[in-house]
Amino acid sequence: MTAPTPTAVRRGRSSRAVAPLAILTVLVTGAALTGCGRQRDSAAYTVMNSSTDETYHRWDAQAMARCGERLGVTIEQQSVPAAQVMTKALRMASSKSLPDIVQFDASEMPTFADAGGLIDLRRLGLSTGNTPQGIINFGSYKGTYYGAARSVNTLALFYNKDMLAQASLKVPGTWAELRDTARKLTRGKRYGLALSAGGAEDGVFQFLPFMWSNGGDENRLDGPRVIEALDFWKTLLKDGSLSKSTVNWTQADVNDQFMAGNAAMMINGPWQIETLNTKKSLHWGIARIPVPRTGAGSVGPLGGAVLTVPNTGDTAREKTAGRIVACLSGEREQLTYALNSWMVPADVEAAALWRKRVPELDALAGQVAAARSRTAELGAGWSSVSLALQSAFQSALTGESSKAALTSAQQRATSGK
Amino acid sequence: MTTSTITVPAPSRMRQRAGTPDSRPARLRRRLAQWGFVAPAVVFMLLFFGYPLVRNIVMSFQHYTPRTFFTGAAPFNGVDNWAKVFQDALFGQALWHTLVFTAGSLLGQFGIGLALAVFFSRRFPLNELLRSLILLPWLVPMVVSGIVWRRILDQDTGVLNSFLGALGLDGHIPWLNSPGMALLSTILVNIWIGIPFNMVILYGGLQEIPGELHEAAALDGASAWRTFRSVTLPVLKPVITVVLVLGFMSTVKILDLILALTDGGPADATQTLGTLTYQNSFVQLDFGAGAVVGDVLILVSAVFAVFYLRANRTEGK
Repeated sequence: MTAPTPTAVRRGRSSRAVAPLAILTVLVTGAALTGCGRQRDSAAYTVMNSSTDETYHRWDAQAMARCGERLGVTIEQQSVPAAQVMTKALRMASSKSLPDIVQFDASEMPTFADAGGLIDLRRLGLSTGNTPQGIINFGSYKGTYYGAARSVNTLALFYNKDMLAQASLKVPGTWAELRDTARKLTRGKRYGLALSAGGAEDGVFQFLPFMWSNGGDENRLDGPRVIEALDFWKTLLKDGSLSKSTVNWTQADVNDQFMAGNAAMMINGPWQIETLNTKKSLHWGIARIPVPRTGAGSVGPLGGAVLTVPNTGDTAREKTAGRIVACLSGEREQLTYALNSWMVPADVEAAALWRKRVPELDALAGQVAAARSRTAELGAGWSSVSLALQSAFQSALTGESSKAALTSAQQRATSGK
Repeated sequence: MTTSTITVPAPSRMRQRAGTPDSRPARLRRRLAQWGFVAPAVVFMLLFFGYPLVRNIVMSFQHYTPRTFFTGAAPFNGVDNWAKVFQDALFGQALWHTLVFTAGSLLGQFGIGLALAVFFSRRFPLNELLRSLILLPWLVPMVVSGIVWRRILDQDTGVLNSFLGALGLDGHIPWLNSPGMALLSTILVNIWIGIPFNMVILYGGLQEIPGELHEAAALDGASAWRTFRSVTLPVLKPVITVVLVLGFMSTVKILDLILALTDGGPADATQTLGTLTYQNSFVQLDFGAGAVVGDVLILVSAVFAVFYLRANRTEGK
């Protein structure tokens, strides 16, 4: 070819332009793919938790700094919203980038353990001598201890002292008393009681103390004891003691209603105390959740998170991670955390000290001691039962009979397995 | 100047060069160049649309559980997932709710959006201010509007019921608390959210209509309604198609709004395909079943995408 024709010039330029474009494409694709396999930073240990609230994040950061100093390691905190901990951990497992420690909600831990993702904490040298059996079960799946709890919580009855005093009513102890008191406290725009029957785990968590205290069993949702418990909720609603919005409220909404004076009593957990205390004019008290009959035990659901060590295949790191878990769930850190967050320490001695420091929450400590873990019987199968139960009490509270609603719930729970 | 000549090579020049010795490599080079320009788009589509799509379809035939994330093993289980999902009474309900929700939302959004667009295409004082105010719902994140509306619609303490009560009407409407009302309430909220989008696009379309057309219609003695029906609507048709198809695509997969408003409740009265796939995949962690519902959603969207493309093609001619 002699002197290049104008077209050839154009073509020459264009093919030169094509090469960088192609290279760019390859680079972008490559960068996108390598982003997945992030290498673990060897110096720092990561803890993934759901402490996205500023206060909790700060308390955890302080605890980690103290433990890091004691053990001579750097501990980093990575907080994601509670609903995303499980899915994020699963994704990290498939890309081999799991953090050294994951804090799971105790009801989710069995799912991750069942998939083979967790290390036996006893094998990493954690002692459970001072831990009550209930708490060990809380962090165990199929007999293996995978999760160390720092603190636990459960539900209790919160009441507005002024409103009860004004009506000269006593704190109710049985279902009959609760019904009576709630009816008497209902006046104008104020409801006697507020609870959450929302379509998520919140509502199930709130139904369990009624179901379990009455002897109901999560394996037989259509059993007479469960039906009775649901009928009791329906009665409260029919009396007008509960708002019709109950089916749409989360536990945080219930707390808002109580604080605004729209409810004289509520079922809620100690994690609300921090918010409750911001309103100085509100005088609240706390009591055990009423039981079906005098003398019956009040059995609530045990809530809280557990620290776990995921199976990363790096034994040396897992050992150190075990020591970090031991430190974070040690007596001293438990007490600090419990005092900050108003939760009850899991450890026996820490709990005894805590009772002395916050005597007003004594009812809560008693309730925790008798509380049960949601996954003790069902393990990873809990989520299907929970979904079926949500749908059942929502149907019953909006018109269907408790028996019909729970019968179809039991069918749905069994077919889901 | 270079790029334009490459993408549209003059046919006469091509014919000229045919038969010359260097025509084959030249043509090859040209082909390569063409593919070079298409490649980034193709790679992007394959990587971010093709792969997830195929993956989702494959996943719906697999036993895909949390364990899969560790072992990587997801054995094929035939149509087990499909059978399980289709036998679940909830699926039928969710499908029905999705259809009602989509149809209701589109009808309301489009009707009110079109009315407002016609209204604002006239000149009057404060037109621009009002028009920009109506855009506000669009600027609010979906989850935020969901949470705010949940408060507004509260049966006892909600602003809406208090307002109705103050007007002497029934102030105890269980907007979100009764299974019979909840779906309607979510549709109403979604209409509120969708009006700005419909209005803006339709308003833009109306501005494009040449004034002479309306003038001619007026000279012919057509009434306002007749002008709207015989002039405005036909000219606006391509815009209407775009609005409806895009509206459909974003409504049929609704998830965030419903999670914020009702969480699918009460008593599953507002479960849609979107919430069902979320529940299967991320609550029950049964990713195979979640993928099945996802496939159904893709299928429904694909059918409408075909309609859209066909409508577009006829417009293009």
